[in-house]
Amino acid sequence: MVAATVRRRRPSRRGGPTPYVLMAPAVILLVLFLLVPIGYTVYLSLRANRVTGGGLGIRRETFVGLENYASVLTDSAYVDGLLRMLLYGLVVVPSMLGLALLFALLLDTPRVRLRAFSRIGIFLPYAVPGVIASLLWGFLYLPDVSPIRDAFELVGLPAPDFLAPGAVLFSVANIGVWGGVGFNMIVLFTALRGVPREMYDAARIDGAGEVQIALRVKVPLIMPAIIMTGIFAMISTLQVYTEPATLQPLTDTVSQTWVPLMTIYRDAFVNADIHSAAAASVVLALGTLAVSVAVLTLLQRRAFGRDR
Amino acid sequence: MTVTAQRPTATARPVRRHDPARRPTRWVPTVLLLVGALYCLAPVLWVAIAATKGPSELFSTFSFWPSFHGGFQYNVTNLLDFRDGVFLKWALNSLLYAGVGSVLSVAVSTLAGYALAKYDFAGRELIFMTILAGVLVPQITLAVPQYLLMSELDLVNSYWSVLLPSIISPYGIYLSRIYAASVVSDDMLEAGRIDGAGEYRLAWKVGLPPMVPGMVTLLLLQFVAIWNNFLLPYIMISDDGRFPMTVGLFTMLNQGASQPALYSLVVMGVFLSVLPLVALFLFLQRYWRLDLVSGGVKG
Repeated sequence: MVAATVRRRRPSRRGGPTPYVLMAPAVILLVLFLLVPIGYTVYLSLRANRVTGGGLGIRRETFVGLENYASVLTDSAYVDGLLRMLLYGLVVVPSMLGLALLFALLLDTPRVRLRAFSRIGIFLPYAVPGVIASLLWGFLYLPDVSPIRDAFELVGLPAPDFLAPGAVLFSVANIGVWGGVGFNMIVLFTALRGVPREMYDAARIDGAGEVQIALRVKVPLIMPAIIMTGIFAMISTLQVYTEPATLQPLTDTVSQTWVPLMTIYRDAFVNADIHSAAAASVVLALGTLAVSVAVLTLLQRRAFGRDR
Repeated sequence: MTVTAQRPTATARPVRRHDPARRPTRWVPTVLLLVGALYCLAPVLWVAIAATKGPSELFSTFSFWPSFHGGFQYNVTNLLDFRDGVFLKWALNSLLYAGVGSVLSVAVSTLAGYALAKYDFAGRELIFMTILAGVLVPQITLAVPQYLLMSELDLVNSYWSVLLPSIISPYGIYLSRIYAASVVSDDMLEAGRIDGAGEYRLAWKVGLPPMVPGMVTLLLLQFVAIWNNFLLPYIMISDDGRFPMTVGLFTMLNQGASQPALYSLVVMGVFLSVLPLVALFLFLQRYWRLDLVSGGVKG
């Protein structure tokens, strides 16, 4: 997509040193805070502290090859965390995008009342930081203060335990959906507003209902926007840390290794094992990269193959 | 509330034009949207109510009813007195990180985006590919090596340790490039060159003005991203006088596990921290060009 636009554009001037001057701050920061950290992580992940010197017990940092990777990938806590994260993503991404698309389409339907109120209301959680959102929902989940449990008890139903082992994944996922649905809705709604209204008139004359117009005309037209939001939703899901880490002090069900980033944090800052943390980071980063590229290729082929 | 009064006209008008026959409201979409709004607003409403309750009431009274026994004042005064007013400091720190960080980030991204869109230069493709990879690599996995780098530079626990990594945003550069390609006119640049204008003057006079709406959008996106960031400051900062609000409230909650009296203060802190950003959004939402994010701007 990007490569094509680059080539299509008319060649502009070279501009001598100007582009380099304009790029300099970005490139310096990119190198310092992106490339150097990546390189350093890979370097650290190939090394470890080993006791050497014939039992004298001198700990030295040495090259150990892929040993850290082997131990990371056989560490059941880390692998469990990875699987849990994938499951979390499978719950969050479709429900968040599904709801966002549904709300965007509803907002774009004629003759809806209180539209501005609903739009702003659904968007509001975007302004709430993840930690704060997790504290908020944490209080709503916490058996002692939960108003939801109060409500259940008021009507005489057994109160659900949101932090029970089987439920906690969905409780965390709910925080993610709550925080993300508004922003994605606005992005998709903006895309819908960009479609010329005449596109729908033909369908209306043919007697199509709003539901049919939404599914057959609107959704295909904003497919690129849906894919973009999907990719970014996926990437942020694979970085989930804040929500479970914030809930952790409230409950025993969320372990210290609940998702990969929590394991990485523990290894690096609690256990001072920077080498395992580095290997685990590389595995996570490569995994994310692979998943994003795969999904992007797959979706792009399907979405754009049909239109063009 | 002010929510409904904010901008009813912009959306209502085109709708009315569509149905001159005054056909009835569509109730199903209306109700579904209201249910969604309720789901999104209820937790915020709850925290506003819970903020009125003192520590003894928080766990004992019915949750969806405010209390008028001085709990609100108690929470406010005790929160502001908490460890010599550290809460206000956290708020100012958040403002500093997000304010300074987002302004610098937009400046860097705009310059780079403009250069990438409007010049052919050796290494452009390489830089752009690196940026694309940077968009896909989870930034947070870099937090650990960034911490090590910062400790090498002796910057850990300083404001810089959070600000510097926040400035670079591959996503911001990517968006700026798309935006510059679509709004800055090649013909005007060409005409300026024929008139003998220098490149920097052209960038300033021809390139910058049409990019301003995109820059405002990017500024808001970055502001929120930095304001909401948790792991980076959590890793970098150990002195609680330099915490942003997110990390401060998190550590307060952790203390609450042993001192339950703190919970009501945390609730008040959550309430107070949500207010300014909500206000900012209601005020600034009309300036957003979110078609930038959805790929609606043709590159």
